[in-house]
Amino acid sequence: MLAYLIRRLIQAALILLGVSFITFFLLFVLPADPVRQIAGRSATPETVANIRHQLGLDQPFVVQYWRYLTGLFQGDMGRSYLQKTEVATLITARLPATLLLMLGAIVAELVMGLTLGVVAAIRRGGALDQSLMITSFVAVSAPQFVVGLLLLYVFAVKLSWFPIGGYGSFSNLVLPALTLGIMGSGWYSRMMRSSMIDVLRSDYIRTARAKGLRRFRVLALHAMPNAILPIIAMIGIDIGIFMSGIVVVESVFGWPGIGQLAWQAIQRVDIPIIMGVTLVSACAIVVGNLLADLITPFIDPRIKLR
Amino acid sequence: MTDATLAEGPTRPQSTLRRLLRRKLAILGMGIIATVTLGAIFAPWIAPFAPQEQMFDGLTLEGAPMPPGEKFWLGTDLLGRDLFSRILYGARTSLIIGVVANGLALIIGTLIGVAAGYFRGWIGAVLMRFTDLMMAFPALLLAICLAAIFTPSLWIVAMVIALVNWVQTARVVYTETSALAEREFVAAEKTLGAGTARILFRHILPHLVPMIIVWGTLGISTTVLLEATLSYLGVGVQPPTPSWGNIIFENQTYFQAAPWLVFIPGAAILALALSFNLVGDALRDVLDPTQRGRE
Repeated sequence: MLAYLIRRLIQAALILLGVSFITFFLLFVLPADPVRQIAGRSATPETVANIRHQLGLDQPFVVQYWRYLTGLFQGDMGRSYLQKTEVATLITARLPATLLLMLGAIVAELVMGLTLGVVAAIRRGGALDQSLMITSFVAVSAPQFVVGLLLLYVFAVKLSWFPIGGYGSFSNLVLPALTLGIMGSGWYSRMMRSSMIDVLRSDYIRTARAKGLRRFRVLALHAMPNAILPIIAMIGIDIGIFMSGIVVVESVFGWPGIGQLAWQAIQRVDIPIIMGVTLVSACAIVVGNLLADLITPFIDPRIKLR
Repeated sequence: MTDATLAEGPTRPQSTLRRLLRRKLAILGMGIIATVTLGAIFAPWIAPFAPQEQMFDGLTLEGAPMPPGEKFWLGTDLLGRDLFSRILYGARTSLIIGVVANGLALIIGTLIGVAAGYFRGWIGAVLMRFTDLMMAFPALLLAICLAAIFTPSLWIVAMVIALVNWVQTARVVYTETSALAEREFVAAEKTLGAGTARILFRHILPHLVPMIIVWGTLGISTTVLLEATLSYLGVGVQPPTPSWGNIIFENQTYFQAAPWLVFIPGAAILALALSFNLVGDALRDVLDPTQRGRE
């Protein structure tokens, strides 16, 4: 187990190194010039050259990358070109909002997905099951920005149940979390349905029913916990999927998280921020996948990690 | 061409289609795909107006877009262009990108997956580590960065999506190929003196075809959604070329007053992505014998 963990951590570190290299390289060959963005249109060639020199952008690629990497190991993610603030500060300031959004989305997708999955499994083959499975297909096929705008239109503009945007209270969180969670709820409902069907077929459920236990008790206490377990590990994978979703959802709802930070940085060619957010996201994805793998043997002792 | 379907004899292509047609959801999906495809091909003949034409009567007296009505079936956009015509031409964008980007992604993914699965040792190791590396990228951020690097045109967007989307295919093809490479019939071929190319093309690839068809169909759905998202963010297909995503991008500031400008193209994206998911899922049930009987 320990050897496995060490090997996976080394792998993770190498992957992150690779991600940093590729991203840095992509941003290096970027035709849009960050110096132009900083200096403005009316800047003289001397000013431009000056800024370029100050930022070290006149150095060859290898030197620049090495400088970035050594900084990174000292906990320095560089400074934003335009905001003159440490990237680490900007990201840590924005991270709580994103984490809150993701937490909300996980709750939303689990509640919706598991409920629909269990109901579909109980009513297996019936009309309700079929319509629920169509619903789950719709959920995974719906573009997030359309879902976001639809929820905004219906629940914020027309019904005024929730605020249109903003951040700070629970009512601000509901619509963005639902939007981010809807796609996952589709996957979870399908997984929960087939997991539940497998469990309901098993002998111990028949025994429990044969003992005379009530149907509800068997479902709630015997079947559901076992059906949910294999799905728990998927939450780790979700983190990676959310990392793409937050860019869209945060920009639709004006949510002040790292997705919006990245999106604004890309538009302004603020390379240190883009690098920083990409690395943080990659970290989250790698850790999420690792957690998913580590949880599995606890859930199912038959699985051994090698 | 898997073992199970071989047993059913030479009528296989027919029977696949026939089994597919027994599923209502697959028929629904194929119907929507056929409609969208026909609409895209015959757009110049069906569309009542040119997609770029700003009509003098396309806006109300106050300068607002027209709601759906008799002359403009789905209303007009902020610039007074006919939304129905733009949606029709936008279908071309979605389908071209869906097919081209996904086709490219499938080719890259299959090549890498087969190579990694068949050639053990350092080639396989390097290819799979690279695939793991790509999995760690937040897909959308990578696509946005790539799209920002190259000035986005239709073909560039397709290429960017392909560069981001091949990873899943590579992983499943890898798993399947490395299992196939262990099988007796491959060992037998090797013993009989068959070359690598013969084994790969005559024995491994045919076994992968059903899986590639399934992933190819499901992948178009992902591709359509990714194109729409990139265009919605303004880094995908650029206006004035209509795409369902950039129609929403152009009009969203006005969406409270003119919701049809957002929700009609939105419904189109959903319908197309949903259809490919429905057909892909049905194909998986029909083509993949290991999945049969699970539903």
